[in-house]
Amino acid sequence: MQISEVVSLKEGTLCYHCGDLCTGGLDIRDGDKHFCCSGCKTVYEILNENDLCKYYEIDRNPGISQKPLDKALKSRFSYLDDELIIKQLTGFTDGNISVVNFSIPQIHCSSCIWLLENLHKLNPAVLHSEVNFLQKIVNIKYKTKELTLREIVELLSAIGYEPQISLSDIENKVKYRSNKSIYYKIGIAGFCFGNVMLLSFPEYLALDGRLEVYYKQFFGWLNLLLGIPVLFYSASDYFKSAWGGIRQKNINIDFPIVLGLVVLFGRSVFEIFTGTGVGFIDSMTGLIFFLLIGKVFQSKTYDALNFERNYKSYFPISVTLKRSGTESSIPVSALKTGDRIVIRNNELIPADAILFSGNANIDYSFVTGESIPVQKVAGEIVYAGGRQSGPAIELEVIRTVSQSYLTQLWNKDAFVKNDEDKFNSLVNVVGKYFTLIILIIAAAAFFYWYPASLRTAINAMTAVLIIACPCGIALTNPFALGNALRILGRNKFYAKNASVVERLSKIDTIIFDKTGTITKTGNAKITFNGSVLSSYEQSLVRSAVRNSTHPLSAKIYNALETAELYDVQEFSELSGKGIEAMVDSRIIRLGSASFAADYRDVLKRTGKKTGSTYSRIFLSIDGSVKGFFVINNIYRSGLEMVTRSLKSNYVLKVLSGDNEGEKENLLGYFESGSDMKFNQSPHDKLEFVKKQQLQGKKVLMVGDGLNDAGALKQSDVGIAISEDITNFSPSCDAILDASEFSNLSKFIGFTRATKHIIIASFVISIIYNIIGVMLAFRSEISPMFAAILMPLSSVSVVLFTITSTNLISKAKGLK
Amino acid sequence: MSVIVLLIFFSLLVAGGFLAAFLWAVKSGQFEDKYTPSVRILFDNEKESTK
Repeated sequence: MQISEVVSLKEGTLCYHCGDLCTGGLDIRDGDKHFCCSGCKTVYEILNENDLCKYYEIDRNPGISQKPLDKALKSRFSYLDDELIIKQLTGFTDGNISVVNFSIPQIHCSSCIWLLENLHKLNPAVLHSEVNFLQKIVNIKYKTKELTLREIVELLSAIGYEPQISLSDIENKVKYRSNKSIYYKIGIAGFCFGNVMLLSFPEYLALDGRLEVYYKQFFGWLNLLLGIPVLFYSASDYFKSAWGGIRQKNINIDFPIVLGLVVLFGRSVFEIFTGTGVGFIDSMTGLIFFLLIGKVFQSKTYDALNFERNYKSYFPISVTLKRSGTESSIPVSALKTGDRIVIRNNELIPADAILFSGNANIDYSFVTGESIPVQKVAGEIVYAGGRQSGPAIELEVIRTVSQSYLTQLWNKDAFVKNDEDKFNSLVNVVGKYFTLIILIIAAAAFFYWYPASLRTAINAMTAVLIIACPCGIALTNPFALGNALRILGRNKFYAKNASVVERLSKIDTIIFDKTGTITKTGNAKITFNGSVLSSYEQSLVRSAVRNSTHPLSAKIYNALETAELYDVQEFSELSGKGIEAMVDSRIIRLGSASFAADYRDVLKRTGKKTGSTYSRIFLSIDGSVKGFFVINNIYRSGLEMVTRSLKSNYVLKVLSGDNEGEKENLLGYFESGSDMKFNQSPHDKLEFVKKQQLQGKKVLMVGDGLNDAGALKQSDVGIAISEDITNFSPSCDAILDASEFSNLSKFIGFTRATKHIIIASFVISIIYNIIGVMLAFRSEISPMFAAILMPLSSVSVVLFTITSTNLISKAKGLK
Repeated sequence: MSVIVLLIFFSLLVAGGFLAAFLWAVKSGQFEDKYTPSVRILFDNEKESTK
């Protein structure tokens, strides 16, 4: 019997609010409208009361299912009454009116925008609310005297848009991410470039006549005036970068660019002042304009994604503190060792603690990618990052938030280092030699002509520096990488920036995390070992597990989807053991071996010692053991394809936080057992990556959970696999949508091809430079010539890189 | 002859006006969200119902 979890597309009633199938037998309705749960109905009622039912007209079933949330708790947001937290969260305030931004990941359709922008109808004290759909942020302006921050959050939660308020929001307020200064710079450069071109036209046409000298002077001065803001404002980043490079005794590609710009400007100033020519302001402004366009093209950003998340983005702001019987809400940063805290259903444990009382059922999927919760009993240590599912538990904090097992990882130096420092881009390597050669040629030109005349010597030298300005090389990188970034983005591989594409092309070792990365999260294969269950027995089991809240029960329930349901006469759930139910006068026990079955019987059946690597759920009916359910991980479809195609070119390794249970299965995909490491802590993973790098390997880490965060950060490229890209991912260089996992090898192959395109493009632009420099060396250079050669080389390089990256992506079968 | 100088002066003035408009647009955040306004404009303005 093998039943995988498939959502049945049975004809059924869909929830009017969220579009989920109404199951569970209960008929929750309001008139002719059906709802899947009372949560959805409540939201509908609120909207209905306030004439906001247009919400349902804009998009069909726009709501968010309210099922999993425990809305009952009013005190949940009590920390928002704290003056300090209010101050840290709100942006602008003048005492009467405050502005606050909330990040609301649930925003998904136009109905959401409409409703959130009509908040003033729900509460008149909201003056204005505006949604940024792509970044999933709502900006709310409200009257401070009539409405508190807590009331806003409660209002949003009531209509199903609970804001995500995390620890990192305290340190950095939620705000729109944007880069205005590059647009200012482009605007000014474009304006000046256009006008300078216009004013340079007479020179291109070489108009002769009486008036020429007069105009030449006038246009020259005007050009100079227009060139100043471009050089000193628009190009300021290049100056900074070149200077930064020199200070670190490292000449980057920006150095020859800046050198070219300065010489262009200097010679233009000289020519215009002495009246000997009109200068090269047109070439200079054009070059800067194109470079800035390249920069914008390269800096493709994904609004909805965030690559810089750390644990603080997921940890709550506050926690319920219990002191001498009374509960109060305090910021987690104020937690001290020895504090007693209360964690309710669905709340995250912020610090390592000892379970004091209650039944802990902790879901570490956040940390490890493992979706099956771990049961803990009083006295055991519970690590930070887990999510409690079930009734409230009481914990005693043993380590503060920043010193906890998981969060300590962020104190490592891998998190202090800057990404860019680790990597020397090809263009900068080329730039270094390029600069050296150009300086030598320029000096040679000077000394060659010096015996003839000083003037010709200076002319020849500046001409070399102007013509050799590596605009083609400088434009190659942004356009090739920027286009590659876009192509990858279309295929749901979202890289943080262009440098990731280049770094990815250089890797030689690939390390995979196991749980959640090469296995599928929340989708396990359930098999039953033992005597075959009759359909009657299946019905008994299905009915019994229906009442249980344990996630494994839900899995079994779904696996037996064809079975009929019977009434359950008695039901009890024993935490840490299993469930016992009476169905059709038969006693069903499901759970651990000792609970559901006789131990010796188990040994006889499995033929193995216990301490098994799988999660086993034993089943007994009326005291006789029928067998056990095994929950196995399913490997992602395409894993075989990925490993097969990567095996020949890369060293593949697996790092797993789990035990060796899956080793045999993994051997089918990976070459030998020596490349697999099990029982790895987050620190071990980080150290392992570091060790590989010390051996000179370029490491790509593919992971998913917060426990991989260290390794992802340390590696040369860290890719996070995510089922829901907008929701959760540890800080990384790239986010890969889980559905596209099978294309991983294509993506890496594509980045390699991009690298070759870049090299080819460098060759093309160097050929242009050689031709130009040969002419310049003979001192034969006119502004006209420069004005033609520069755009020609730039445009051909841009066209070449964009067409060839597009062609290669087609050839590789990418969208 | 001087009419050309005058013309250039005015053309720069007009172009400068557009540049100023562009800079203002950037500053006022019109380039920050390029999607939501396209949805927002499709919402009907309802008559303020009796309230």
